[in-house]
Amino acid sequence: MTWLTEPFEFAFFRHGVMVATMAGALCGLIGVYVTLRGMSYIGHGLSHAIFGGAAASALVGFNFYLGAGLWGMASALAIGRVTRRRIIGSDAAIGVITTASFAFGIALLGLYGQVRTSIDAAIFGSVLGVTAADVWVVAGVTLAAGAVVFAFYRKLLFTTFDPEVADVSGVNTARMDALLMLLLSVSILATMKVLGVVLIAAILVIPPVVARMLTNSFARMLWLSTLVGALCGFVGMILSFHLDVSSGATIVLVGAAVFAVVFAVTGPGGRRQAAGLDAHDAPVGAGRPGR
Amino acid sequence: MSESLLRLEGVTCAYDGAPVLVGVDVDIAGSEFLGIVGPSGSGKTTLLRAMLGTVEPVAGRMWRRPGLRMGYVPQVETVNWSFPVTVAEAVLMSRTTGRRLPWPSAAEKAEVASVLDRLGIGGLGTRHIRELSGGQQQRVFLARALLRRPQLLLLDEPTSGVDVRTRHDILHLLADLNLAGLAVVLTTHDLNGIAAHLPQLVGLNTEVTGRGTPREVLTPDVLERTFGAPMEVLDHDGMLIVVDPAELVTRTVARATISVTSSRGEAS
Repeated sequence: MTWLTEPFEFAFFRHGVMVATMAGALCGLIGVYVTLRGMSYIGHGLSHAIFGGAAASALVGFNFYLGAGLWGMASALAIGRVTRRRIIGSDAAIGVITTASFAFGIALLGLYGQVRTSIDAAIFGSVLGVTAADVWVVAGVTLAAGAVVFAFYRKLLFTTFDPEVADVSGVNTARMDALLMLLLSVSILATMKVLGVVLIAAILVIPPVVARMLTNSFARMLWLSTLVGALCGFVGMILSFHLDVSSGATIVLVGAAVFAVVFAVTGPGGRRQAAGLDAHDAPVGAGRPGR
Repeated sequence: MSESLLRLEGVTCAYDGAPVLVGVDVDIAGSEFLGIVGPSGSGKTTLLRAMLGTVEPVAGRMWRRPGLRMGYVPQVETVNWSFPVTVAEAVLMSRTTGRRLPWPSAAEKAEVASVLDRLGIGGLGTRHIRELSGGQQQRVFLARALLRRPQLLLLDEPTSGVDVRTRHDILHLLADLNLAGLAVVLTTHDLNGIAAHLPQLVGLNTEVTGRGTPREVLTPDVLERTFGAPMEVLDHDGMLIVVDPAELVTRTVARATISVTSSRGEAS
């Protein structure tokens, strides 16, 4: 029992575990929409893009959230602009713009920053830099995301499942898409410090996949994924303290272990249920299935 | 004929500058039961989308009766069957106005149960959409459209990929709904199984090739303009049967080959 309670004697850990648990829950919640809409790569790319902004903000002493947020938004707009010109596809645009932004961040920190520590902490996550203010930011974002999902539950579900019919049925699907992108960007921004740039994408994907293997109902998948995310964050932080390994890595490893157990327990049925998640073939209404 | 619900006048639609529909005139009345027939790529789905307002015409005019409620049933082939929704969740999706709470009210639950019962799939509300037969899956999306209490129901290939019995059931279901006052417009490329049984047809191949009763549209002339190949129409006790001569030749040759092979077998 001491093993479990010992880390809580340290203020930095208490902050870290609160942030990690909420970050896990937040990513689990948003991850349901991200995986069902085949947007995992966007989540992965956005976290990398935001890293460039975070590095630049840190160097010039600009507010982290504001600087990284604006950078992320600029990257998202650039992706949209390149894609709209139809020169290259959205996957390629995400690959080029976000990795360039990531490389820019690495170069900035390499040239002017406290190289090793800063890069490791930003890429793999660290609880050492988590302040009380960060706890409030993550709590605020988690509550806001929960409120948005609650208030727009029906419209978000319809837009995710069948955007064309949702549009015909009076749902402003463009607004729902924008809302979801905003939620995703803000979630990445808020959880980047503790989860790390590289590992955020894993926490956006693993909890929903685990939840999908356990249920066929969307409502149940939402709360199950949130719960699995929170559990991974909490347990991962305890392990991170004792193993002296970065928080992002242990959180993702706990998630991977939960996935392996559920994968084995649910058998072929669970695997079949999760098979269609994040498939990159067009879902309902996307593109032009017929003429 | 009752008053118009929707009217397209000289509507032209294009994707990336390539015209898919050219100068289409269609008038949908309140009591309509209309089939749009044409080959793949003839613009059937685009015409439905133009009616729904999800595709903007590049030329022509479109008029909808103010406040017109439309229900839309997409092609089942485009549905993501791995999506985690139960039948009841899928049907309830179309109820996006009014109540904002995620869970359904008692009245909404009763309404969903009632529409499922009406379509003969009552009791399947808690099943996942993939666990149903083709006909049941089609009815789920029909139920979702009906929950909006539409005045005009648009269906894209509602019988593709289903067996003969299910096709028959769906056709009768749509006829009953039409008799109850719902205007129905569907697309199909099934001339004998569906189109021949509908009261009104529109032939489409980018342009409207014909409009009228099956007897007026399912003629060799209109069919050749629609499908770009000669077709024969047989009258079997008042029922029209469209025959593709190429298929007839293939079958005749195949039958002759079988007969020659079997007589050789007998001789040896």
